[in-house]
Amino acid sequence: MWDYTDKVLDLFYNPKNQGAIAPCEEPGIAVVFGEVGSIACGDALRLHLQIDIASDKILDARFQTFGCTSAIASSSALTELIKGLTLDAALHVTNKEIADYLGGLPEAKMHCSVMGQEALEAAIYKYRGIEIEHHEEDEGALICACYGVSENKIRRVAIENNLTTVEQVTSYVKAGGGCSSCAAAIEDVLTDLYKEAKTLAAEIALREAIPQPPLTIVQKITLIQRVLDEEVRPVLMADGGDVELYDVEGNTVKVVLKGACGSCSSSTATLKIAVEARLQERVLPTLVVEAI
Amino acid sequence: MNIIYFDNNATTQVDPIVLEAMLPYLQEYYGNPSSMHSFGGQVSKAIQAARSQLASLLGAEDSEIVFTSCGTEGNNTAIRAALAAQPDRDRIITTQVEHACVLNVCKQLEKQGYTVTYLSVDRHGQIDLTELEAALTGSTALVTTMYANNETGVVFPIEEIGALAKSYGAAFHVDAVQAVGKLPLNLKTSTIDLLTLSGHKLHAPKGVGALYVRRGFRFRPLLLGGHQERGRRAGTENVAGIVALGKAAELAQQHFQSTTLEQQLRDRLEQGLLATISDCQVNGHPTQRLPNTTNIGFKYIEGEAILLSLNQYGVCASSGSACTSGSLEPSHVLRAMGIPYTILHGSIRFSLSRYTTAAEVDRVLELMPPIIERLRAISPFNSDRADWLQDREEALASK
Repeated sequence: MWDYTDKVLDLFYNPKNQGAIAPCEEPGIAVVFGEVGSIACGDALRLHLQIDIASDKILDARFQTFGCTSAIASSSALTELIKGLTLDAALHVTNKEIADYLGGLPEAKMHCSVMGQEALEAAIYKYRGIEIEHHEEDEGALICACYGVSENKIRRVAIENNLTTVEQVTSYVKAGGGCSSCAAAIEDVLTDLYKEAKTLAAEIALREAIPQPPLTIVQKITLIQRVLDEEVRPVLMADGGDVELYDVEGNTVKVVLKGACGSCSSSTATLKIAVEARLQERVLPTLVVEAI
Repeated sequence: MNIIYFDNNATTQVDPIVLEAMLPYLQEYYGNPSSMHSFGGQVSKAIQAARSQLASLLGAEDSEIVFTSCGTEGNNTAIRAALAAQPDRDRIITTQVEHACVLNVCKQLEKQGYTVTYLSVDRHGQIDLTELEAALTGSTALVTTMYANNETGVVFPIEEIGALAKSYGAAFHVDAVQAVGKLPLNLKTSTIDLLTLSGHKLHAPKGVGALYVRRGFRFRPLLLGGHQERGRRAGTENVAGIVALGKAAELAQQHFQSTTLEQQLRDRLEQGLLATISDCQVNGHPTQRLPNTTNIGFKYIEGEAILLSLNQYGVCASSGSACTSGSLEPSHVLRAMGIPYTILHGSIRFSLSRYTTAAEVDRVLELMPPIIERLRAISPFNSDRADWLQDREEALASK
């Protein structure tokens, strides 16, 4: 028996927002659904959203879930979390927030919360007309053939959730949970990730430990380019997007958002949270990022 | 809340008579059976009595019984003992639906150079004797199969399997953990060389089991140490457990006729569920099945969700879905049978015992339809989407 919280059990026995949302003819209102999961894996989620077109807000969210107790509870939690949010804000709901809302999930069940996050993205991308193929992470090397999990997805979820072991990756994205022949490959992905993180951390620590003279313009551009390449782009690419450094004028960094990020209406948030905040943290606190 | 227990293939309740028999050996008679003094001697006699009780149930001789700690130890010992006794043979035959304590030993033996054939099963969970015969060679050291499957209750034709194994000079081991106490056995007239059983599946406590070793069979022990069990299983005996197993064996023999009642209740449950719930099926052979077991798959929903819903009412059952285990893989037994994912993930095993009552069966029959209905209402894969689901499944199967 899994050790579920009272909140998980409550939302399993008394799910909120269960069901579909019927198509709506009302002007200014859109209805859309996003679907993730697979029969082979034993869980799937169909998330329905009713959206106020003018304000870009989620008026209603409902779910249909094929899965276990925690999958049903996670779906219900997700709908509660996103109702009333703008789509941009909803896109920033993480699987961790879903799990936290439930008072936690057994680690082996964390993939249920990841499924919620992915269904939300699928629904919003569909509404925004972004081809789901653009967002799919299949472009990266396939690591787990049993569950069809790519390297990009493993990297993204590992970064977002600070995963350090193969077992944790299995709990969050199922990779390695089948024949487990990919365990060594998952370990390699994690090793690479943490090697990168360590290198950057060491550089930053060094920079902070020794009083640094102001960066020259060449040093500044080199460092910005490096942070973009090593820290920012992998995260965006995992979501089907990309970013390219265009120019640096004083403390203004001009970038080009590409792929899914280029056509995504939440690109402003991406720019501020994923790019600017990271560059301010890693290069210079006074940097401002603009998309051209 | 009263517990309604339908998980007897996982474990059984200790019979009160068994408990009564074993308690003195936890308190009053605590002597070591290997000791030379009479205080230990009387404990040794209790072990011998238990050996006779168990031998009687199996149709075996007392000297052919080796007490162990559990089914896993019995299976590990049997497989390794058989191979050690035939170093000139390097092939093993088993089935795809064995318990993990057989499959994982076989996988390890493959790494050590043995060739293992895993016989397939058909959609009813039954093996094909022709496939077995084709796999047998003069190099086959061991054929190891279960008597009855723990998940589906499907019963293998062990005497036919044994006869084929013998014709190639192979040893024959049977994992009878689920069958002992439920199916009659007469090892005197059997082709079985080695047979494993576990106490807690027949109303004895956990932590005791036994291995039958046919007289004259060349045997190499797994556990080395003292001379207990005639040197075939070293270690101070779990006396209370052994006494309990002996008493449980005696009671099982007395209760054999009650398996008919168990089967009637099982059939009532099975037929009731099939009659009141749409889109479900029995996973297993229609007739070649343990009298106490039914495994039913409910389409479009997931097993753990069914189990937790039943648990709310105190009903204990089991599921073959991935979500009920630490593994992410659903039941290897149901997969081997080719059960579609739509049904496989929603499969529930109900296993009865002689304590199961008609009222308990009726309670489950009352609870199940609304539970299934509620979960299907949540599921996106309802019957109106069956075509879509079928397409996805076919696409998956073709990968």
